[in-house]
Amino acid sequence: MREAPSTVWTRKDLIGIEDLARDELELILDTAPQFVEISRRESGIKKVPLLQGRLVVNWFHEPSTRTRTSFELAAKRLSADTLAITSSSSSEVKGESLHDTLANIEAMHTDIIVIRHSCAGAPHILARRHRSHIVNAGDGRHEHPTQALLDAFTMRRHVRKLRNDPDAGLDGLRVSIIGDVANSRVARSNIWCLNKLGAEVTLCGPTTLMPVAVDRMGVRVTSRLQEALEGADVIYALRIQLERQQRGLFPSIREYIRLFRIDNDSLRHAPAHALIMHPGPINRDLELATEVADGPRSVILEQVSNGVAIRMAVMHLLANSPRAQAAASAPQTQARQGLGS
Amino acid sequence: MTLAIVNGHLIDPAAGTAAPLDLLIDGSVVAKIGTGLTGDQVIDASGCVVCPGLVDIHVHFREPGFESKETIQTGCRAAARGGVTTVVTMANTAPPIDNAGMVEFVQRRAREEGCIKVRPAACATKGMKGEELTEMAELHDVGAVAVTDDGRDIPSSWTMRRVLEYAKMAGLPVLAHCEDPTLGAEGAMNEGFNSTKLGIPGIPKAVEEIAIERNIRIAELTGAHLHIQHVTTAEGVNIIRRAKAKGINVTCETCPHYWTLTDDAVLEFDTNAKMNPPLREAEDVAAIIEGLKDGTIDCIATDHAPHTATEKNVEFGFAPFGIVGLETLLGLTITDLVAPGHLSIERAIALMTCEPSRICDLGVGVLREGGPADVCVFDPNAEWTVDPERFASRSRNTPFTGRRLRGLVKHTVCDGRLVYSA
Repeated sequence: MREAPSTVWTRKDLIGIEDLARDELELILDTAPQFVEISRRESGIKKVPLLQGRLVVNWFHEPSTRTRTSFELAAKRLSADTLAITSSSSSEVKGESLHDTLANIEAMHTDIIVIRHSCAGAPHILARRHRSHIVNAGDGRHEHPTQALLDAFTMRRHVRKLRNDPDAGLDGLRVSIIGDVANSRVARSNIWCLNKLGAEVTLCGPTTLMPVAVDRMGVRVTSRLQEALEGADVIYALRIQLERQQRGLFPSIREYIRLFRIDNDSLRHAPAHALIMHPGPINRDLELATEVADGPRSVILEQVSNGVAIRMAVMHLLANSPRAQAAASAPQTQARQGLGS
Repeated sequence: MTLAIVNGHLIDPAAGTAAPLDLLIDGSVVAKIGTGLTGDQVIDASGCVVCPGLVDIHVHFREPGFESKETIQTGCRAAARGGVTTVVTMANTAPPIDNAGMVEFVQRRAREEGCIKVRPAACATKGMKGEELTEMAELHDVGAVAVTDDGRDIPSSWTMRRVLEYAKMAGLPVLAHCEDPTLGAEGAMNEGFNSTKLGIPGIPKAVEEIAIERNIRIAELTGAHLHIQHVTTAEGVNIIRRAKAKGINVTCETCPHYWTLTDDAVLEFDTNAKMNPPLREAEDVAAIIEGLKDGTIDCIATDHAPHTATEKNVEFGFAPFGIVGLETLLGLTITDLVAPGHLSIERAIALMTCEPSRICDLGVGVLREGGPADVCVFDPNAEWTVDPERFASRSRNTPFTGRRLRGLVKHTVCDGRLVYSA
């Protein structure tokens, strides 16, 4: 690994980007390159024993293929044992409380719990009460920290390549996030992450899909796509859920496409070097035209590859940093010290 | 058997009294107010304020239907511990209090097991469905003091008009939970920067303000007495202020959490900061205090809404709305309204005694010779820490755990009986 980490990891959990400091974000980003290399090993042995004998539980309350697979692969490449639990988020259906379920899982001596949940704050309340390292894999519309980290990591690699500067960061990078910001945890985590790393964020989407007062997060907001694309170094399209249209949040797919789709036509306004990113899964030809998704500027599949490395870095830091381990073995309190959010 | 409360500072806003005076209670009534009094039993109230028992016109005692949250017995004990001697109970029980038999049931349970005065409110519409009027004349006859569908608004303006018209004939105030039924649907906290940050669906302030304005317009149309429950927003206070200036028959209440907390309390996903209407923002807190100061807000009520720890100890989105309030009412009022100088202690007491009594025509909240001996004795300078484990309520759902408060209830007397001593 080239960079020497500038700080040490001290948190028990990774709950959100909001409360992380820039040097903590950079520590994760600087820890990831070694894991990119492991996944690409020519010997074919894509494994290191950093989490050998540890138990990682993927506990997903919402359907997810990409994120769950990515975490599972990350754990396996670190030689951890993995267990996948899927449950419904509906409190009426499950009968057992979230805390009780986790207490039962923990009774089997888990080390890391990766949780996705439809309710904002679910990982936060678990982290406060339980001993395991909690990794937020997406909570409601709140945060999706590993997505933001893998996005920043992907951007940084390209900036370094483009500027031919192996130490370049995201300072001054212009990132435009397009689409359904209101319902997007990816957007929120990316805003926190990019701002902390010095990038300039523009949000663009229909006014009905823009959360109130979001400008106070330190972003520029527009509903004119051309404005968002002009001068953008990175164009980040968000997934549009078809049910939003049915719920009356925008009039039609047709009009959404007309105003907000990233395609060769709208990309006329963007600089030639602008990267195209998307958290997946893509609605082809809705928010992103096929020609763009599969085009030369697209780094969407690279995001997916980097996701595994970032999640390896996160789990390694949580499980193997002495102070994070101490935090996990100390009795949990209501206090926030040492918690990830 | 007589009880003398001596050496205290008697504050009775309804009577215009604020002086060092003793109180002699004989049986269930006040026998004498004067100096140098003594009785069979004596309470030394040195350093304490002696005032009429507090009156809270907005509580949920959950019986029947939700006895694991609260019962009339435990709710009364919580009230007594908070210095409260008269409550108006809301009607959203299961089954709801929408007929004479249910009103009588609540009063019977209060007689059997309650230690303070329980005056039931009844539903404004049958089954709280917002459709057919309840039999308000009979409800009044058997003891209901108000009608309300609290917990939800009456969506149809046509029905709201008929409720107000009919309640006026029956001589009952309408206690209105003001909430536009669609604008804030799915919301779980105030809509603003904090809800955006947390990704929690928001409840815009307009949800409340639209409904306040609508209900006031219908009150104006009908001339009926409309009482707006739990006002939380700056513009809500303004709308009510203007309506009062026009002479419309409207009163309103706010609750202690709306002048003590903002939606910052939600930032830790604390489900005890989840209530409806939700905690608002700093400018709203300032406007609520201003409304209390200038008389726009007529009284303080708690919206005491018990829920079990199991129900609250879940994901924020799944938790029920509401917090308990009876046992922190006086402390939060003294600490955050009186101590900073927003209200005189006399005015604060009025907002918790004669003013709410007037709204629901309860005939309490005053100390006079020959009148009911409902008394609260509290030390306005004593400091204490909120410890939910010590609550008399069956539930513990408060956002004020660990908070230092000034103003401690020492004794509560209801109908001459000492129902609580610290």
